[in-house]
Parts: sequence; C-alpha cells; structure tokens
Amino acid sequence: MTAFHRIVRNSAVALAIAAALGATGVAAAAEVKIGVAEALSGGAAQYGISIRNGFQLAVDEINAAGGINGSKIELVVEDEQGKKDEAINAFKKLIFQDKVLMLFGPTLSNSAQAADPIAQASHTVVFGTSNTADGITSIGDHVFRNSVTEADVLPVTIKTAAKVAGIKKVAVLYGNDDVFTKSGYDNFKKALEDLHIPVTTTETFAKGDVDFKAQLTKIKATNPDAIVLSALLAEGAPIMVQARQLGLNVPIIGGNGMNSVKVFDLAKGSSDGLWVGSPWSIENRTPENNSFIVAYTKQFTSAPDQFAAQAYDAMHIAAAALKKVKLSGDLAKDREAVQQALPGIKWVGATGPFAFRRATDKSGKPAGYDANQTPIVSTTRGKNYEIEK
Amino acid sequence: MLEQQLFNALSLGCVYALFALGFTLVFGVLGVINLSHGAVFMVGAYAALEFITRLHAPLWAAILFAFAFSGAVGVLIDRLVLRPLRARGAPHLIPMIATIGLGLAMNSLVQGLFGAENQRFPSDILPDRAITFAGVSVTVLELGIILVSFALMTVLLYTLKRTQIGRALRAIAESPKAAGLLGINVEGLFMVTSLVAAGLGGVSGVLIGLYSNALFPLMGQPVMHKGIAVIILGGMGDIRGAMLAGLFLGFAEVLSVAYIGSTMRDAVAFGLLFLVLLVRPKGLFGSVQERKV
Repeated sequence: MTAFHRIVRNSAVALAIAAALGATGVAAAAEVKIGVAEALSGGAAQYGISIRNGFQLAVDEINAAGGINGSKIELVVEDEQGKKDEAINAFKKLIFQDKVLMLFGPTLSNSAQAADPIAQASHTVVFGTSNTADGITSIGDHVFRNSVTEADVLPVTIKTAAKVAGIKKVAVLYGNDDVFTKSGYDNFKKALEDLHIPVTTTETFAKGDVDFKAQLTKIKATNPDAIVLSALLAEGAPIMVQARQLGLNVPIIGGNGMNSVKVFDLAKGSSDGLWVGSPWSIENRTPENNSFIVAYTKQFTSAPDQFAAQAYDAMHIAAAALKKVKLSGDLAKDREAVQQALPGIKWVGATGPFAFRRATDKSGKPAGYDANQTPIVSTTRGKNYEIEK
Repeated sequence: MLEQQLFNALSLGCVYALFALGFTLVFGVLGVINLSHGAVFMVGAYAALEFITRLHAPLWAAILFAFAFSGAVGVLIDRLVLRPLRARGAPHLIPMIATIGLGLAMNSLVQGLFGAENQRFPSDILPDRAITFAGVSVTVLELGIILVSFALMTVLLYTLKRTQIGRALRAIAESPKAAGLLGINVEGLFMVTSLVAAGLGGVSGVLIGLYSNALFPLMGQPVMHKGIAVIILGGMGDIRGAMLAGLFLGFAEVLSVAYIGSTMRDAVAFGLLFLVLLVRPKGLFGSVQERKV
C-alpha cells in the first residue's frame, strides 16, 4: 500500500466517523425539513422569488421565536424554473431524496397540475401559495393552498367594479396559451354571465406577444365600458400602455396576475384605472400586515407583493400545524400527521383571517383544501392601490 | 378602424423585419442559423437600459451603445465559438447547436446580473402619448421603427449590391473557399458581418423593448421564433425577403385578428406562411441550395 492510498483510506475512515457523529448530532437537534419548489429562474421568477422571500422571512421569525417546539425549520429550496418537467424533478428530489416533512410550491398552476400528483401519491402534504387555477386541489387530500382561487376572487372584483364605476358592458381580453390566464378567463366569463353583464367582444393573445394593438383597436370599435383582462404582468402592463395610446381609456378589470406594485413602473403613465381583487393589499392597514410589510422591506429592500404575503402566511399556517404534531421520527407517519393537523388551522396573518375549506374532486368526492378568505378589491390611482371594499 | 389596423400591421411587420434583418444576414454570409440571436437582441436591450439609467444618456446614444455592445458580443461569439468550429470543418448542425447553448448561457448570465423581473426603459425617454392623424393614433416610436427598418434594409441592400465589400460578401456567400483563394479576407469579413448582424440585433432589442415596455431575460425567445418563420418565408439569407416576409407576417396577424378573430391569429398567419412555402419552397426570394446574401 502506498502512502497515498493510506492517506486516502485513513481519511475515508475519519470521514465515515465524522459522518456517523454528524448524523447522530442532527438526530438530536431534529431540524424540521421543509421543501420549497418555486420558479427562481425563467419567466415566472418574478413571482417565485417573492414567494421564496416570503418563506424565508417567516422561517427566520419562527426560528428566532424558538422554532417548532424547540427544533428549527430547515428550508430545502429547489428551482423549478416555472416548467412542468422541472417541477416534477424538484418534487421527486425533495420527497424521495431530501425526505422533507412537507413541501411548498410550485409557483404556477400549470406546474402544480403536473407535480402535485407526485406529492399526493407519496402521501406528502403539498402546500401551494400561488396556484389559483381551478382543479388543483381536486388532485387529492394532501393538496392544500392558501391562494384564494380566481373562481372566488373574480366575481367579487367584477361586482364591485360594476357597482362603483357603473359598468354596463365589457370587452374581454385574455392569454389563451396558459393554464392560469385561461382559467382566469373561464372564471371571468362565468361571473359575467351570472351578473348578466353583456360582452361586446372576446379577444386573445399569446405569451411573448409585444403588440396588442390589433386586438385593442377591435375592442375600441365595440365601445365597451371596461376591459376584462386575464393576463400576467409581462403582457398585462404593455396592454395597458397600448390601450391608452389608442385612446381606450376605460377601466381595466384584471385578475391575480395584474396585482403587483410593479404595474406602476411597467405601465408608468398608463397605470390608472386598473381594478384588481386579491386576498392581500399593501394598503390594508391591519397590525399583522403592517408588521409583515415593515419586516419584509427591511430584509429584502423592496416592497412585498401579494405572492410574498401569501407565502409568508402559508409558512406560519404550516408552522402552527407542525406545532401540534408530535414527530415520531418515522417519516411516513409524521407526513400523515401533518396532513391530519393542517385542515383545522385558523390563522390571522398579512392576508387577514384565514381558514381552509374542503374542495371536491371531479366526481364530487372530498379532495384537497382551498382557502376560505374574502378578497379586497382595489383600484390604481397615481402610484397606489386604493381599497374599494 | 381599418386605417388603424393597417397602420398596426405596418408597425408590427416592421418590428418583425427589424429583428429578421440581422438574423438573415448572418445566415447569408456565414451559413449559420445563429440561434443566439434572440439572446443578443436581449443583451442589446439590457445594455441600453444600463447605459441610460447609469449615465442618464439620451436614447440615440444608448442605441449606438447597444449596437457597439451587442456587436462586440457577436464578434466574440464568432471568434470563440463559430470560428474554431469552422476551422475544424464541423458539419452544418454543430454551429447551430452551439449557438443554442450560447443563448442559454447569455440568458442565465443576464438573469443572474439583473434578475428575472420585468424592467422597462424610463418612461420619459420618449414621448409615449399617441398623435392622432386622420383618425389613426401613431406614436413616435412606431414611426421610428418603421423608418429605421426601411432605412436599414436600404443600406444593407446598397452595401451588398453596390460596394466592394458587398461584392466580396456575395462571393463568400457563394463559396468561402473560392473567395479565400481569390484573395478575399474571408475571416475578416466574417467578423464584420458578425459585428453588424449582432449590432442590428441589439438595436432591434432596444426598439422592441421600448415598444413592448417589457425587458426580461427571455424576451428574445418569442421574437426569435417569429424571426425564424420570417427568414424562412423570405428566403434564407435574403435581405429584401426578410423585410417583405416580416411585413407579410405583421399584416397576416393583424388582419386575421381584425376580420377572423384573435383565437385564430396564429393558425391563420402560419397557415398562410405554410401555403406560401408550398408554392415557393425556397421562400419569397431565397434559394436554399446556393447560399445567398
């Protein structure tokens, strides 16, 4: 045996001993491992990064206050890039390799449709904070979300806008190549039918379009009182600018994707008259929301958005459930215990009072859990959202 | 409404043409489908944004800077990646695959530096209120894009047809080897072409970024997909073809929205494109077999 081999063998032994010691050390400290799979790169990253920041802030607070019955929360963060296949990979890694107790994510409803079944099949709680499309929680009883669905928010937004701004007929514009904006459209359509508001024309666009003037010119010719817009900010902001350039100065009623302070920058000069409904508003001056806004701004030197607020609340909701669970060390049992504890949690956070509501699957059988929360409708004026309700 | 839609079509067509001019130029001379052109386009937009926000520079200076910066990126791509592949006689697909990788790397780099969030140019850099002219609302930027794309096409065409450098480029397009034997500085002209094509990509990034009000690391992707369709329709490597095909796509899209319905837009636009290619498989002007400037 050469000197080199001896060194290698000896250090291998040393490493093995260190690893064994380390392993027992971890078991004694018993950190609670929670997985996070969000879009930290790619087109959805502006949401995913806000979400990750929200989790981080909540975890820092929880750990500073003694953690979960004395054990600290450890976040295992994966970038799912806003893509279905990457979300599936991230879920598999977190569940089977990192052996997390429960996991949060993914960012987009598109990815949740693809990845949540993996969590359901492995009896691990998956908690979405930004998936607002229909049908996500019908995947199964391990699928939770605190994001208020568009089906709940949009009727309230339209009703308020119609009442306050006297809207009689609307034009509809939506992105038809995305689960989120398409589902937003379906909900808008249903709400408009329920409220008996006639639609002058329905137009679509695709992700990545730079020019919307053809659709907007057509909309203008139908002379609507408002435009109902289901879009993400990347297309929604240019749509607002181009509508105003064409002299189309009617209110714009947006979905969740338009609810961000970024709209004041991206549609600068044309951002007035946007109506959005959301569980969270930066103008909602409750003590819980104020302390969240102050802490977030201090830690990340930028104003929080709805996505950060919902992630922040979700982590506190999960922590409240985890505190009720007596961890046995048997991962499968502990994962089930989390699933048992979570539905009963009630919480008052940055987004206001929160509880879960049982969702049903396609055949009407009970499935996962949706958010039970009242949305706030606000409009943009100058550089602010003003609460209408 | 029709007048407005025709103007919308003209300006959208010029947006597509503006991007396609540089894209088709590289193919015409180097014979490479440069799939990093979308990323170069994005780099140009970010370079101009940084230049404007850091130095409070006027727009024209930022456009020049974007040309120089993305031009330099184009030269680097040619020197570091395409040239070694040429020297080793790599088959046709290899440089194309290499440029996909380059595009991904640039996207990631820009995202790492500036984040994935949408950004925009300062709103006071251009008057963004529309002027109404005979019932048609027109913005300064739309006029600028239309003018610039037609001017660029004219300059490129003139250079290629009437100047010494253009004759040399056309000789290279026929056969780089024969052109080299004739004493033409082939590598030098490849470098100039890379510089100009990437520079134009950068300038179109600035103008289209101003137009859409949204700069993000992946902004080049959808534009490049349309760009590929445009240069295939125009005839690979043909400048007039790129311009005409850009206008064709712009008009097809806008008019299908106006008269058929926006859900059918891409089906109609690309269906028409397919029909044109059925009749003229080489595109409007091109000939795939003999590479052409």
